Amino acid sequence: MAGGGATLMAGMRARSAAGRVSNQDAIWFKWMLISLAAMFLTLMLVLPLAVVVYEALSRGVGTFWKAAVDKDALAAMRLTLLTVAFAVPLNLAFGVACAWAVAKFRFPGKSFFVTLLDLPFSISPVIAGMIFVLLFGARGVLAGTWVGNWMAENGIKIIFAPPGIVLATIFVTVPFIARELIPLMQAQGREEEEAAISLGATGIKTFLRVTLPNIKWGLLYGVILCNARAMGEFGAVSVVSGHIRGKTNTMPLHVEVLNGEYQFAAAFAIAAILVLMAVLTLVAKSIVEWQAAREFARLANAEGAQ
Amino acid sequence: MDAVLANAARPRKRLSVLPGFGLTMGFSVTYMSLIVFLPLSTLFLMTARLSWDEFWGIVSNDRVLAAYGLSIGGAMVAASVNTIFGVIIAWVLVRYSFPGKKIMDGLVDLPFALPTAVAGIALTAIYAENGWLGQFLAPLGIKAAYSRVGVVIAMILVSLPFVVRTVQPVLEDLDAEIEEAAASLGARRWASFLRVIFPTLLPAILTGMAISFAKAVGEYGSIIFIAGNLPGKTEIAPLLIYLRLEEFNYPAATAIAVGMLAVSFVMLLVINLLQAWTRRSSQT
Repeated sequence: MAGGGATLMAGMRARSAAGRVSNQDAIWFKWMLISLAAMFLTLMLVLPLAVVVYEALSRGVGTFWKAAVDKDALAAMRLTLLTVAFAVPLNLAFGVACAWAVAKFRFPGKSFFVTLLDLPFSISPVIAGMIFVLLFGARGVLAGTWVGNWMAENGIKIIFAPPGIVLATIFVTVPFIARELIPLMQAQGREEEEAAISLGATGIKTFLRVTLPNIKWGLLYGVILCNARAMGEFGAVSVVSGHIRGKTNTMPLHVEVLNGEYQFAAAFAIAAILVLMAVLTLVAKSIVEWQAAREFARLANAEGAQ
Repeated sequence: MDAVLANAARPRKRLSVLPGFGLTMGFSVTYMSLIVFLPLSTLFLMTARLSWDEFWGIVSNDRVLAAYGLSIGGAMVAASVNTIFGVIIAWVLVRYSFPGKKIMDGLVDLPFALPTAVAGIALTAIYAENGWLGQFLAPLGIKAAYSRVGVVIAMILVSLPFVVRTVQPVLEDLDAEIEEAAASLGARRWASFLRVIFPTLLPAILTGMAISFAKAVGEYGSIIFIAGNLPGKTEIAPLLIYLRLEEFNYPAATAIAVGMLAVSFVMLLVINLLQAWTRRSSQT
């Protein structure tokens, strides 16, 4: 899980762990460490959030609102939503299919396949964007071949156009949902599904009635993380975008363009909207962790009672 | 025990009782091929068009070497800082209870949710000469924004969660009894930490550090805002790739990227080995 980071299983553990209080550490030592941790997190994470909100609102709500409903800003929001509307459902379908194949079956080369799944997490976002330029760009691999000529004749533009942005975003977010579901479905085993099948249920029905209820929190968790990254991706998208105002700028790219034009009030207004999305993401993520931990505890109790 | 017997008793054929392997595997492989492998293959095609001399000429250029040095060196510093504070944060979250602990735990994941462009513009505002912190650093002669210091600060932010999240579960699983035994045998706090706790945590710490480094070395979005991007001084390797692509100089972009990928693949290998070590040492 190189670069993957957050998983629901890890999050649930953090939630359900009662917090083993160590009374061996001296009280001054305990508070010194807590202060160090709090100071570091305040400096690195709280302060950046605060400065964005402050800069966005310090020139008045009117300035903020004007920047937020600006024509180019709205175009950037539309493109970001369009990108998310492609990336999340496609990676969701892939994640479910991939997890079903990997977790419920044995096949040769499985661990190699799972390692390859991490590739998009382990390369620089700029390189992720670059490979699409190398493929579809003006001097790319396809230029001059029949595919390239056919695309040029039919006016199909990938690079410096929305399709390139969507493709690059899908690339960097491919592993999120699959990574979440594989360990979850592996831990749950095959018995329940096998029972349903042997009782005559169809494959689809088995998935919807048996598998889906078991993985719903992990699925939601993966979707939340995938959505956040798809909305916020910068490096990969920056390479393929061309930064055409009102056409190929996503919200993060629009922040850069405005910043470069010294329109700081407007840049911070868009950044503040993205901060709000990030905070909502964290809240949604925590709610899913709590719900999953509660359900897990209830199931464990029910099993213990039998 | 029951499970072992059940497995032994079950005929091998039962493995394929579930439907959908062909469909799901076929879809997964096709999807991965189109989205990941096909675009990645262009890197090999483009590299193959370069002769060794051309490749070496591009990569051994002073400006490119300086960019590699900044990306790799900065990532090492950032990963080290995150290792020290990551272990402290994980320790505090697992061992102590205090008000605001849940908020602190949730906050650690912020870099996963915060777009890097926002991190970049925020850090620049904080550390610029007239910024919230920059105004106090400037009289001390410390230039944080538009310098290498700024590059490292941005790298620290984006790779912050990894050490915490790899060390936390191992620390939770750590057997309290071993520590108590060490204490009852008269081991002092520090001795018990160094001899008992630290060796158990070490694989997880190194794994987190390696993931941190890998994330920081390829980071682009947050850094370009705060770095100032002076060639040879504060220019990172991913930015150089970006600039070459903008000039339609695909061979140069490819060569620089291949150098970076070599670092990434070594890190991926190291991380996999470290994770295998983590699993082994937490099982025993």
